[in-house]
Amino acid sequence: MSATAELTDDPTAAGSLRPTPLLVVNDLVKTFGNGVRAVDGVSLTVHKGETLGLVGESGCGKSTTAKMILRLLAPDAGLILLGDDDLTAVRGRQLRQMRARMQLVPQDPQTSFNPRLSIRSSIEFNLRAQRIEKAERARRVAEAMERVGMPMAYGQRFPHELSGGQLQRAAIARALVTSPELIVCDEAVSALDKSIQAQVLNLLVELQQDLGMAYLFISHDLSVVEHLSDRVLVMYLGRVVEEASAAQLWARPRHPYTEALLSAAPSSGRTRIMLTGDPPSPVNPPSGCTFRTRCPVALPACAEERPLLQVTDPHHLVACVNEARTAA
Amino acid sequence: MTTLATTSDADTMADGPTPAGRDSAGGDSNATLRLRDLHTTFSSRGLTVHAVRGVDLDLHPGEITVLLGESGSGKSVTAKSVMRLYGANATFAGTVELDGRGDLLAAGPKEMLSVRGPEIALIPQDPSAALDPLRRIGAQIVEVLRQHKAVPTKAAAKARALELLGQVGIPDPARVYRSFPHELSGGMRQRAVIAIAVSCDPRVLIADEPTTALDVTVQAQILALFRSLIDRMGSAVLLVTHDVGVAEEVGDRIGVMYAGRIVEYGPAADVLGAPRHPYTRALLDSIPSPGVARGQLRSITGQPPVSGELPPGCAFAPRCPDAHDRCRATDPVLVDLPGRRLAACHLLSPDDGPAAASAGAAGSTTTAGPEGTDRTEGEESAA
Amino acid sequence: MTATQLRDDDTVAPADSTPADGGPSPNGTAAAAPAIKRRRLGWPARIAGGVCAAFLLAALLAPLIAPYDPLTDDRSNRLQPFFSGGHLLGTDGQGRDVLSRVIWGARPSILTGLIPVFVAGIIGTLLGLVAGLGSHRVNTVIMRTLDVFYAFPAVLLAIAIAAALGSGTSNAIIALSVILVPPIARLAESEVARIRSAAFMEAARVSGAGWWSIALRHVLPNAAPAIVVYCTALIGLSIVYAAGLGFLGLGVAPPTAEWGLMVNDLRQFTFSAPGISLVPAVVILIASVAFNVFGDGLRDLLDVKGDGR
Repeated sequence: MSATAELTDDPTAAGSLRPTPLLVVNDLVKTFGNGVRAVDGVSLTVHKGETLGLVGESGCGKSTTAKMILRLLAPDAGLILLGDDDLTAVRGRQLRQMRARMQLVPQDPQTSFNPRLSIRSSIEFNLRAQRIEKAERARRVAEAMERVGMPMAYGQRFPHELSGGQLQRAAIARALVTSPELIVCDEAVSALDKSIQAQVLNLLVELQQDLGMAYLFISHDLSVVEHLSDRVLVMYLGRVVEEASAAQLWARPRHPYTEALLSAAPSSGRTRIMLTGDPPSPVNPPSGCTFRTRCPVALPACAEERPLLQVTDPHHLVACVNEARTAA
Repeated sequence: MTTLATTSDADTMADGPTPAGRDSAGGDSNATLRLRDLHTTFSSRGLTVHAVRGVDLDLHPGEITVLLGESGSGKSVTAKSVMRLYGANATFAGTVELDGRGDLLAAGPKEMLSVRGPEIALIPQDPSAALDPLRRIGAQIVEVLRQHKAVPTKAAAKARALELLGQVGIPDPARVYRSFPHELSGGMRQRAVIAIAVSCDPRVLIADEPTTALDVTVQAQILALFRSLIDRMGSAVLLVTHDVGVAEEVGDRIGVMYAGRIVEYGPAADVLGAPRHPYTRALLDSIPSPGVARGQLRSITGQPPVSGELPPGCAFAPRCPDAHDRCRATDPVLVDLPGRRLAACHLLSPDDGPAAASAGAAGSTTTAGPEGTDRTEGEESAA
Repeated sequence: MTATQLRDDDTVAPADSTPADGGPSPNGTAAAAPAIKRRRLGWPARIAGGVCAAFLLAALLAPLIAPYDPLTDDRSNRLQPFFSGGHLLGTDGQGRDVLSRVIWGARPSILTGLIPVFVAGIIGTLLGLVAGLGSHRVNTVIMRTLDVFYAFPAVLLAIAIAAALGSGTSNAIIALSVILVPPIARLAESEVARIRSAAFMEAARVSGAGWWSIALRHVLPNAAPAIVVYCTALIGLSIVYAAGLGFLGLGVAPPTAEWGLMVNDLRQFTFSAPGISLVPAVVILIASVAFNVFGDGLRDLLDVKGDGR
């Protein structure tokens, strides 16, 4: 059963499941000590069982957003709701319990495991905060490893004895062990060879079909995001510039940056829109629309006010004063 | 963009600017760089790794040859072996010939120093690693120019450096000239590194994953820059990458590497459009494309092999969906295929049949490796 | 699970991650080495280890192996040279067998050398953990307080503390423990800070486990090698300091055998019986060097310098 199938494009169409919001993020802001405004008012919603893709280049704030959602960083402002619980407000024991509901698969498998602990120990540690007795912990670890297709013997091994693909499976097992409702995949396949990447992506899809958790899938790799996501958010310099279903975004990107991004991928088949120059400094972003300095269709009005996300087609949001011309 | 560089194309390339005082090699092949049966082995602490196991390759002026492969395939090692960038724990076999002037692998350190830079230049993967963090960009370019006596005076060196920075698409060359590496973005740094690499008009350019560390929009810029530079300079280029998109974007020819060997070779469009080797096919299939349904990506089971632990027979056999006994017993050799393609697979050259005849007839050509101007060229019909 | 099942016969071939280095690096990273690199204790370290063990044994088994009673003096037998009449190292100014005094002296000397390192090791590691994992304010308070101690020359501080507390072995141990805490804590803090920024720490925090759990299970195993190696080297230093305190009369009281005390005793015979007068100093030197060299060997064994991988 794939609840995800009914979540694409038009969730309000008659006869389909109405998706329940699982994670609601509102106006998240984070400024670092050196003046970098890494996240500048980001809002997003992840529904139960869906995959939300977060796309952008380096410095766009997608990783910082993920860290705030996971409460690894404290936001300066904004709201994060997991179910009915306000993540920004919980502390102590309640926070610990909430952590079980959202987990992380980090980017680099080689460094995301403690080199001195066996794989099994690392996976089991994830249950540490949940008051579960030893036998039950062992059972859950075994079950998680089996789900990712990892033989039990690998549990005794140490990280340097496993390959990247095997380690990433272990990382997924570690995330699964608390039975989370949401898994944040932060560039989870970016460090893998393409052939192994395919294995891991298939595994992620399979797990979602079996267990029904939602994914927040962060990546700079557009083809992977398009393949995996139901909905996609495009970020630029700490802001969301476009939000749409994967199919819609690829068929009809509306924001100039999205257009350029999609056309930049080699062999995209689109007319190449070459952006000039480098991304501006995040310490001193341009006024109004931060993209205007590189935008091929910038208008004088773009410098005055920050464009807000507006609905164009149903469920397709764009932050651009000047609607992008559609790609063929 | 040329996808099929024939001999005539190569000749046209040679009409472009030729560095003064250097005549292009004549003869039946105008390959600038020829690798013949290159082997590279590392040994340390009793562990031996046979990273490159017999690579034959020709690089032609104005042409970008892509070495495509995943980790452990030996592609980076091949590229770095040409420049002899390894220390004492690396041993080589085979020959690397530049302009037919003698084996680079046998050259002494002094000779290599004079070769690196003006003759063969490297664009490494990580620009931060290639640049001295304590010196300004301009100074680093000038140093290379002066070291190889490419310019007569200091003033000329500075002028040339500024010119180079402009040629690599840097909007404000004077500012970058004065900057330190950490003051520049990744894209700028990579442009600076490219400027250094092309500063002495090298005949051969080796690029090792030049855009892997860059954002995709910047990558597009750098690749376009690359293409235009090569078109103008006429260098022979070897580009190492794991990204099929990059190969597709700038490659004229592609050599797919697996476990230290080239398993398929040919014009880029052909290799990517109609792959013959099972590994190439599987590799291309595993890339997500819009048409593929979720969860249905074709993946290759298992892991790429560790160079020290290769099974007998074809290195890809353990993971190949079409492998049979012969594959596990004997190593396939590269055989000629129509359209100046080469592939190493038993399935493409059964014991009987026309393919075997061509393999036999082109036996010497096969061992000589993928050349653009091999003897069978005239016999080939259009693919 | 068939499509994505790892085959049981998958070789442990850690070579499928990009960006590739395209080849193995000479120091045998995982991409090339199919097994854990087996490290050995080098020869110098083994010999040093043997010497250390010998000293420890001497300290433990003194009553059994010392040929003579260290306290019995025999004025008629003063300053006998080496190898004379059953005295391998001669006799001292009061006719006591030097060898026996050296063996018996190992007890207070080695103890006063070892115990402070253990105590300071534990305290220092704890402080390092708290400072390294805690908030910026906590870190500042702890580290700057330690800096204050650093401002004093260690030896002077040890002497001052021991003098203030009064002579005796336990006071000497206290004094030495105090001065050893700052350097150990500093090292521990820097290790912990390094580990704190490692990627696996993020994954550990996502689990919701408390800082204490993370410290014990994740941080300590990674910090321990560097700390242990450092402490082993400190033992050598501590032995010298302990002997120094003894020399100054701040350790055990005479006539108990103790190396520092012996140095002081035999000082007056430097020109009349130079060999014998040098014996305790040489013994201190050998013990100290042995522990240092052993520490170096340990460091190589645990690959502390090379990032522990």
